[in-house]
Parts: sequence; structure tokens; C-alpha cells
Amino acid sequence: MSYTFQFGVIAQYQNEILAGIWMTIKLSVASIILGCACGIVLASVRSMKPGIGRILVDAYVEIIRNTPFLVQLFIVYFGMPGLGIRVSAVTAALIGMTINLAAYSTEIIRAGIESIHKSQIEAGEALGFTRLQIYRHVIIMPAIAKVYPALCSQFVLMMLASSVCSAISTNELAASAAFVESQSFRSFEVYIVVTLIYLALALALRGMLAMIGLWLFGRRVARRTAVALPEVQT
Amino acid sequence: MPEVIVENVHKSFGMVEVLKGVSLTVERGEVIALIGRSGSGKSTLLRCINGLEKINSGRIEIAGHTVSSDPKQLRALRTDVGIVFQSYNLFPHLSVGENIMLAPKIVKNVAKAQTRETAERVLKLVGLSEKFDAYPDELSGGQQQRVAIARSLAMQPKVMLFDEVTSALDPELTEEVLNVMEQLARDGMTMILVTHEMAFARRVATKTIFMHQGKIWEEGLSKQLFSDPQTPELRQFVKADVK
Amino acid sequence: MILRTFGFSEFGFLVSALLWTVVLTIIALSGGGIVGFFIALARTSTHKWLRIVAATYIQIIQGIPVLMILFLSYYGLSLAGLQLPPLVAAGASMTIYASGYLAEIWRGCIQSVPKQQWEASESLAMTRTQQYRYVILPQALRISLPSTVGFAVQVVKNTSITSIIGFVELARAGQLINNATFQPFRVFIAVAALYFVVCYPLSQLSRWLERRLHARSHR
Ligand SMILES: Nc1ncnc2c1ncn2[C@@H]1O[C@H](COP(=O)(O)OP(=O)(O)OP(=O)(O)O)[C@@H](O)[C@H]1O
Ligand SMILES: [Mg+2]
Repeated sequence: MSYTFQFGVIAQYQNEILAGIWMTIKLSVASIILGCACGIVLASVRSMKPGIGRILVDAYVEIIRNTPFLVQLFIVYFGMPGLGIRVSAVTAALIGMTINLAAYSTEIIRAGIESIHKSQIEAGEALGFTRLQIYRHVIIMPAIAKVYPALCSQFVLMMLASSVCSAISTNELAASAAFVESQSFRSFEVYIVVTLIYLALALALRGMLAMIGLWLFGRRVARRTAVALPEVQT
Repeated sequence: MPEVIVENVHKSFGMVEVLKGVSLTVERGEVIALIGRSGSGKSTLLRCINGLEKINSGRIEIAGHTVSSDPKQLRALRTDVGIVFQSYNLFPHLSVGENIMLAPKIVKNVAKAQTRETAERVLKLVGLSEKFDAYPDELSGGQQQRVAIARSLAMQPKVMLFDEVTSALDPELTEEVLNVMEQLARDGMTMILVTHEMAFARRVATKTIFMHQGKIWEEGLSKQLFSDPQTPELRQFVKADVK
Repeated sequence: MILRTFGFSEFGFLVSALLWTVVLTIIALSGGGIVGFFIALARTSTHKWLRIVAATYIQIIQGIPVLMILFLSYYGLSLAGLQLPPLVAAGASMTIYASGYLAEIWRGCIQSVPKQQWEASESLAMTRTQQYRYVILPQALRISLPSTVGFAVQVVKNTSITSIIGFVELARAGQLINNATFQPFRVFIAVAALYFVVCYPLSQLSRWLERRLHARSHR
């Protein structure tokens, strides 16, 4: 192959790339916090007595999990204005990512809640905990501790999937890559560099999540998180 | 020439030495019972004998093969040495008949009709002729263990190794498995068996070996060993069992 | 310019584009299945460096966006002087993507076959190949069905990303129709519905297989 790689050219677009990285980080962190919070709420609703709430949550989870993230973004960004809701590309990306991640988080946390034994709840009652205390200390926190590695995998997948937001012109890392590529015409080099940046981001995010797990749940959970590869959710 | 020679075998797992210089010989047709406390190294010795564990030093010969780390030599050895485990380890996706016929067919390239004949013969031997088409999860523990024995026998081994094959079974089921083993012993099979069934060892084994802390602590003719233990450790072990 | 409205013929176009989504999914799963199978074998091999190479491959594929795999294959192939239709770049990248995930799923399945099965078959003088062929893989296959079908759902959805390099599958068809009709809400809801029609049954199948597997192992 006579092609000579020129990575040097890319260096002059440093600022664009850094801006893209920053946007990707902001979107990921925000959607992880929001999505996880929604997931806890929805999974709690889901774990209550059968009823309309449960049906709605189930429907939401199934619809989101069985349609592509890209199409969800299209609906938010292109479709919503038709209903009178106009949002910027960044907001649309954040909404899309949150909606998506909330559905997966709900499903994962639900599985965690279902794995909590009745006897543990009864033990909590016997100790004279209030319902809210039981809910927090006996159900939600242990449930999340159990599924924390799976949740983290989902967070990493979401960060990676945020690259798709470039399709609705959100200025995140993949969009920066496209811009630099169009300016420099060194497509392959640009995408190699940006791919490596994503890889580093994924490793960093995983490491950070492991530390948060250590802080929240102690050593055992954290170790599982650090070694676990992204699980594939079904 | 003895059928099994174990000479000064040492085996460690990491820093822990589990076998500390074990030597024994087994003549053709002999039945050797290995007894001893949990953790004394009985299973490890058995697994070294058919090469499932690598030894650190010493020498093992069995059925004319030397235990080495060469995969080809090990396979040749294993066609002549059968082993049955405590946990049966039948192949759950295959029927009883298929479990038994698989190895002769693919390892020894025996013709299909003949493997079938052999399978039926060994199944009859363990008293399970009618279970040819059953699946392992449709059998009781004792039946599964008898199938596992039949599966080994189908390879027509010269030596059989048994590692606590009845420990996972209820007393009634234990009996049916022990009966099969006793029959094998009577038919002249060379056998080494790790067992907690002292009465069985005493009745069936020609020699019994008491292992303690990775060594052969005491050995002798079974009847003698049990009725007149020489070391305090064995005396205590036998007494504990009577209780 | 005459604006069309989103009607039957537009919907028909979407349905025909769905066919390409399915074709791409089949390419990804069969190509990725073959590559992933060998990587799963390497990942569980007795050779240390084979295991390391396979683990690294899996880590990398699972650590980068599908979109980047797509761009790298797209530009990589054209760099190699190959002017190939988008289907090839799309198929190649989806294959690479699927292989990384399938390898990891199947590694887990192979390793969840109890090690006693290895010992029992080894003691019957089988070669390693025979152990895989007759004892380990048939059991791993049964265990792997639910998660493999579950992953197929992910593949169907992720084929939508190939629309970004201009491959006309369902998502791209939706964009094209939208450009002609300017009825984005309707169009993309229809697109989502079509994905759902394919994915939902697969999800349910995966769940059913999972339940059946559990029922069996607890018998
Ligand atoms: N794979 C292994 N790795 C590390 N240590 C091991 C391994 N297998 C056995 N050991 C150790 O070696 C020692 C002897 O084990 P072994 O299984 O041979 O004992 P045993 O006499 O068969 O006991 P039991 O009656 O409980 O079956 C034990 O202390 C055990 O913990
Ligand atoms: Mg043992």
C-alpha cells in the first residue's frame, strides 16, 4: 500500500477534538445521572402492586428497548417540533440518551429488586424500620449493589452510543471527527485517533464507575465492575 | 510385572505439598482401597495416576504406560485406565447409550454395530439394560453412577480408578453401586478405590492403604489392617468410623 | 416542489427497506458468528497468548462505538483501493461489531460448562478437539441460545447506524421519506414501529428460551 499515514495534520485541530470530547463527557454524565434516577423511580413503580403504573412502565421499557437509539433521536429532534416542542440538538441528544438509558436502567434495577428476598424485608419490618427506610436500605440499595456491574456496562454502552448523536448534528466527539475529516481529508487517521479516544474514554469511565462502586458498596462490587466486560442486555 | 507402579511421587498445589513421597505397587487383579481423612491427598493421588494432575517429581507407570505430560501418551494411557468420579459427570446432552458409545466410537474408531453391542453388554453388567435411551437427568444418582461405571468399562480398561463414587448417594443407592464394583472385582479387574465405606473396603479390597498428611501412613491386607491397626492415627480413624 | 404525504406507497418503501435491515442483520450474525466463534475458542484456549489476543480484541470492540467501526471499515476499505458498495462496508463493520460481542457471550457459555465435563471427557481419552466437538460445545450451544437471540435484537437496532454512511436500510429510508414529505413525526414513528415489529418477537423469544433453560437446569 503506497498510502502514507499522516497523523500530524490532526494535531492542528486539537481544539475541535477537545470540544467534542468535552461535549461527549457532559452528555454522558448528565444522561447517566438522569437516566439512572428515572430508572430507580420507574423500577420502584414497576415493583409495586399490578396496575396501570406497572403496565405503563413495562410498555415504555419494551418500546425503548426494541427500537434503535438513532430512531429515538430522530423522533425527539425532528418529530417533536411537529408537536410544537422545539429543542436544540444538544438538548435533543440529552433527552434521547436519558429516555434510552432510563429504560435499560429500569429493566436492570427491576431484576435487582426481584432478587431481594421477602425475608429480608420482613427482617427490616421486625427491626422497626419505617416503610421508607425499608425501601431505601433493604430494597433499593442492595438491589443496585447487586446489579451495579450490569448498570455500569450499560452506562459505558450509552457513552459509546452517544456518537450516534452526531447524526442530529450534536457537536460531540464523533461530530468533531467528521468536521476534522472534512477539513483535513485524512479520514482514516482522524477516525483511528478518535476511535482510540473513545477507547480511552470507555476505560476511564469504567474505572471511575468502579471507584464510585467502591465508595458506595465496598470492595466486592467494585472488583466485579472493574473486570466485567460490557454485558449484552437482552 | 505390577500393573501399577507409583514411585516416590511428590505433588504440590502452589506452596502446599499434598503428596509427600508416595510409593505403591498394584498387581494385576488386585483391589486396593485408599482410606484416610478428608484432605489427606487420596483424590489427588488418584488423579495423578491417570494424569489429570501433573506430578512434581517421582514416577508413575500404569497398564504399561508411563504418566507423562505428552498429550498423545496420556491419551494412550487413558484408553487403558478408567476413572469414575464422585459426581458421576455423565454428558447431560447425550442419552445413556450415547454416553457409553461415544468414546469407543471416536477414540478407538470401533464400528457402530460393535459399540452398540459393547454398550448393551456393559449396561447389562451394571443392571440398567432398560435405560439405554434414557437421559441422565431421568435417572437416580445411583443409576447415573452405574452408567458412569459402564461408560468407563466400555473402553475395556485394564485398570479402574474410583474416587468416592458412593459419597453423594443415599444408603440404598450406595448398595447397588457397591454391588457392581464387587462384581467387577470378582471378575478380576485391577482397581484402586478411594472410599469411606470401611465395611466394603474390608470385604472387597485385597489391600488397604491408609493415607495421612500426604503420606502412606499404614498399609496391609485389608482384614489385618482394620482389625489390628498399628498407628494411633489409623486406630483413631477406624474407631471414629465405627461410631 | 410537490410535497408528498406519508401514505401507502411511502409505507411500502419503508417495508422494502426493512428487508435490507434484515439482510444486514443476517450478514452480521453469520459473519460475526463465524469470527466470534473462533475468537471464543481462542479466548478459552490453553495457549496463553491466544487468550490474550482474543481478550484484547473483545475489549477493543466493546470499548469503541459501532459508528467508529463503521467509519474505519468504510475509509479503511477505500484506502485499500477498494471502491465497494456501502453494503460491503456496512456488512463488514457489522460483522466485526457482532464478532466482538458474540465471542464474549459464547466464552461465557463455554466456561459455564462444568469443568468436570472436561475432566470426564479427558479421562475417556478424547482429544481437545473431540472434547469441544462432542461434549463442550453441544452443551454451550444450549446455554447460549437465549443470550444469542437477545443479542440479535441489538444487531437489528444497530444496523440503523449504517444509515449514516448512506446505506439504505430502514432508518435511512425513513430519512428519505421524511425529506420528501416533511412529516417527521409520522414517518419516524412508522420506522420505529417497523423495528419494533422485528425486535419485540425476538426479545420475547429470548426470554422464553431463558425461562426454558432455567426450568431445565432446575429439574
Ligand atoms: N486443584 C487444587 N488446588 C489447590 N489445592 C488443592 C487442589 N486440589 C486439592 N487441593 C488440596 O489438596 C489437599 C488434598 O486434597 P484431596 O482432594 O486429594 O484430599 P482427599 O483425601 O481426596 O479428601 P476428601 O476425602 O475430602 O476427598 C487438600 O488440602 C486440598 O485442599
Ligand atoms: Mg477426595
